[in-house]
Amino acid sequence: MSEDDERATDLSGGGIVSSNRTRCCGGSVASDCPSQFPDQVLENVLENVLLFLTSRRERNTVSLVCKSWYRLEKQTRSELFIGNCYAVSPRRAIERFQKILSLVLKGKPRFADFNLVPLNWGAHFTPWVTAMAEAYPWLEKVYLKRMSVTDEDLALLAQSFPGFKELVLVCCDGFGTSGLALVASKCRQLRVLDLIDDDVMDDEVDWISCFPETGTCLESLIFDCVECPVNFDALEQLVARSSSLRKLRLNRHVSIGQLHRLMVQAPQLTHLGTGSFSSAGDPAQGDQELDLISDFAASKSLICLSGFRDILLDYLPAIHPVCANLTSLNFSYASINAEQLKPVICHCHKLQTFWVLDSVCDEGLQAVAATCKDLRELRVFPMNPSEDSDSPVSEVGLLAISEGCRQLRSILYFCQQMTNAAVVAMSKNCPDLVVFRLCIMGRHLPDHLTGQPMDEGFGAIVMNCNKLTRLAVSGLLTDKAFSYIGKYGKLVRTLSVAFAGDGDMGLRYVLEGCPKLQKLEIRDSPFGDSALFSGLHHYYKMRFLWMSSCQLSRSGCKEIAQRMPRLVVEVIRDRVEEEMDDAVEKLYMYPSLEGPRDDAPKFVTIL
Amino acid sequence: MEGAVAYESDLNLKATELRLGLPGSNESEKQTLLSVKSNKRASPEMAEECRSKSNSSISDAGNDGREAAPAAKAQVVGWPPIRSYRKNSFQTRKKDEETTGIYVKVSMDGAPYLRKIDIKVYKGYPELLKALEEMFKFTIGKYSEREGYNGSEYEPTYEDKDGDWMLVGDVPWDMFMSSCKRMRIMKGSEARGLGCTV
Repeated sequence: MSEDDERATDLSGGGIVSSNRTRCCGGSVASDCPSQFPDQVLENVLENVLLFLTSRRERNTVSLVCKSWYRLEKQTRSELFIGNCYAVSPRRAIERFQKILSLVLKGKPRFADFNLVPLNWGAHFTPWVTAMAEAYPWLEKVYLKRMSVTDEDLALLAQSFPGFKELVLVCCDGFGTSGLALVASKCRQLRVLDLIDDDVMDDEVDWISCFPETGTCLESLIFDCVECPVNFDALEQLVARSSSLRKLRLNRHVSIGQLHRLMVQAPQLTHLGTGSFSSAGDPAQGDQELDLISDFAASKSLICLSGFRDILLDYLPAIHPVCANLTSLNFSYASINAEQLKPVICHCHKLQTFWVLDSVCDEGLQAVAATCKDLRELRVFPMNPSEDSDSPVSEVGLLAISEGCRQLRSILYFCQQMTNAAVVAMSKNCPDLVVFRLCIMGRHLPDHLTGQPMDEGFGAIVMNCNKLTRLAVSGLLTDKAFSYIGKYGKLVRTLSVAFAGDGDMGLRYVLEGCPKLQKLEIRDSPFGDSALFSGLHHYYKMRFLWMSSCQLSRSGCKEIAQRMPRLVVEVIRDRVEEEMDDAVEKLYMYPSLEGPRDDAPKFVTIL
Repeated sequence: MEGAVAYESDLNLKATELRLGLPGSNESEKQTLLSVKSNKRASPEMAEECRSKSNSSISDAGNDGREAAPAAKAQVVGWPPIRSYRKNSFQTRKKDEETTGIYVKVSMDGAPYLRKIDIKVYKGYPELLKALEEMFKFTIGKYSEREGYNGSEYEPTYEDKDGDWMLVGDVPWDMFMSSCKRMRIMKGSEARGLGCTV
C-alpha cells in the first residue's frame, strides 16, 4: 500500500469545519432551490451514487456541500481512514459513521522505527477495538500501522466480528503468537492475514495449526517478519487446504527444502516470499538435489518474489523461469553481488518494483538500468548501515538508473557519496518522480567531487519533478536547499530532514512555501522557536510535526500550544528522570479534536 | 626495515581485533546516547566549519568535509534511518555464529500467556525486573536479602540448573544468567515461602 496514494485530507480535516456554512439545497425547505423532484428521490439517487464513491478525499468534499449531503455521506461511508489515532476519538468516529466495514488506523510517528520514540509512548489499539466491538459488529477489515496491539486486543477482535475477513498489521508491536492463534482459530471467514515488519513475541504457541481444519478462505498469508519457527507440517497442510491462496510470504525458519514442498502444493501463487532459501537447520535436506526450477516453472502466475533471507546462491538460478513475468522483486535481504545479480535481472523486463542491497554495487544497478525499462520503484538498502562504512553504490549507480529507467516514480537510495550532477540528471531524466528519498549516510557530507553543498541537486528535484509529493533530504545542506523546496515543492506532502540547514530561515521557507505539507519530520537541525512560529497558519492542516534535537525551547512550544488550542503539543523526554530544563529535546505536535490524550506516559508532557 | 614490519603487524592486530558492534563504532551505545546531546549542540557549528572550508578551496573541500564533521563519528541513535528489524537481520546471522541469546520462558500466575525473553540483553536485575513489570503489567516490590520482595503480592522466581526454585536476586547476576532455566512470577503466599529458605 503506497503512502503516496493517500489523499490530503483525513477525518479530522472534515470534522473541524462546520457543515452549516453552505446553503442547503436538498433540505425540507426547498424555497431557495425549487426542484421538480421530491427531496426523497434526490436523496435516494445521491445515496446510490455515493455507494460507488470510495476515495476519502472526494467523500470529505461531498460531506461539506450541505447538511443533507453530510448526512448521506456519513451513512454510506464504509471505510474509515484515520491517519493519526489521536486526532479523533473512537467515540466521535463511531457517532458520525455507523456503517463502517473497514478501518485504517495509524499511530506512532515514523521516527519510532528508528528508536527515537521511547517505548510505551502510546498508539494503543485497545480503546478502538473495544469501541468497535460494540458499534461495528459487521466489521470486515482492519489495517493498522505503528500501533501497539496486545493479545487481548486480538482476542477481542477475533470474538467480536463474525464476518471478519482481513487483518493487516504493519510495524506494530505488543502482541505475540498467542494473539495470532486466536485470530486464526476464531475468524472463520479470514481471507487475509498480513504481518509486515511487526515485532511479534514468541509465546511458543503453534498458531499455524489453529486455522479451520475443513478448508480455509485464505487468500493471503504473510508472516516473513515472525521470528519464531512455525510448525511446518501444519503449514504444509494449511496450504494444501487453502485453495484460494494467492499470496504466501514465509519466514526465515522455512528452509529451501520446505519451500519446495509448499510450492508443489500451491502452483497458483501470485506472490511468494521464499523464506530462508537455504538448507541451514534442515536435517531432511542433506545433499539432495532439489528440483526447485520445476517448481518455479510451474508457478505461471507468480509476479511478486521476495524472501531470500539466507540465500544459497547455487539455487538462485532456479528462479529464472519466473523472471520474465515478475513485476516485483525484493532482494533486500540477499547479499548478492553484481555478477550474481546479472543473470537474474537480465530476464526481468517487466519489473516495476525492485528492492535490493547495495552489495550489487553500481555495476549491478547499471544492469538493472539496462533491462528494467518499466521500473517504477527502486529501493537500495545498505548492507552495512553505518556512517563510516564504504558504500559500494554511489552517484554512478544513481545516474545509470536515471538514464535507463525513465518511468521511475519512487526511489529510496542509501549511499556514502553523491554528486549534485547525478541528482540533477535524475530530476531531468525522471520527471514523473513522486517520491525522492536520498540518504547520504555520512552526516553533512557535501558533493564529493565539487565540495559544494547538495542544495542544487535537491533544488533540481523539486523544480523539475512536478508531481513530487514525498521528499527526504540528506548531505550537507544550507538554507538555500529549503528555499528551493518552499518555492517549488508545491505538492510536497511529506518531508524528512536530518542534520541540515543553517538556521530558522530554512524551516520558515518550508512552512511558508509548501501549502500541501502534511507530515514534517526533522531531526538534528538548527531550527528554533521563531521558525516554529512561522507555521501557525498551517498546523491545523497537517497530520503532524516532529522535531528532535533542534533548538526549541519549552517556553516557545508552550506559546504555540496557547495560541493553537486544537493542537496537541507533546514534549517527549528519553528518561523520566531527566531534568525538565527549557530545552526541548523532542517535540511531537498534531491537530486533534479531542485535546490532550489521557493515556500519555510519564515521560510525555503535553503543554 | 624492522620498524616498518613492526608498524605493519600493529596495523594487522588492529584490523583483526575482535569487537562486538558495527564496524567503525568505537563507543558503547550508552556513551553514544550521552554523546548525542553534545553532538546536537556541536553540529550547527560543524556545518559552519564545513561550509567555510569548502568555500575556501574546492580541491580540498572533499576531504575537509569529512574531517570537519565530528571526529568521533560515534553511532548516533536512529541514524542512518534503517528499521531495527532490517539491521538485526544481518546481525542475527553474525549472532548465530558468535553469540546466541539466553532464552527463558517466563510465566506469571494468573496470566494466560507465557513469554519468552532473552536475559542476555539485560545488564542486571533492575533492568530485568523493569522489563517484566512492563511485559506483564504489574509491579514488583522492593527487594531485600532478608525479606525478599516487599510491597506487592508478586515475587519473581526462577528454576536453576539443579531444578531448585529460587528467588530472583539471591545470586549474583552472572551466576543467575548461567543457571536460570525458566522463570515464574509467583503470586501470594506461595512466594513468601521461598523467601524464607535460610
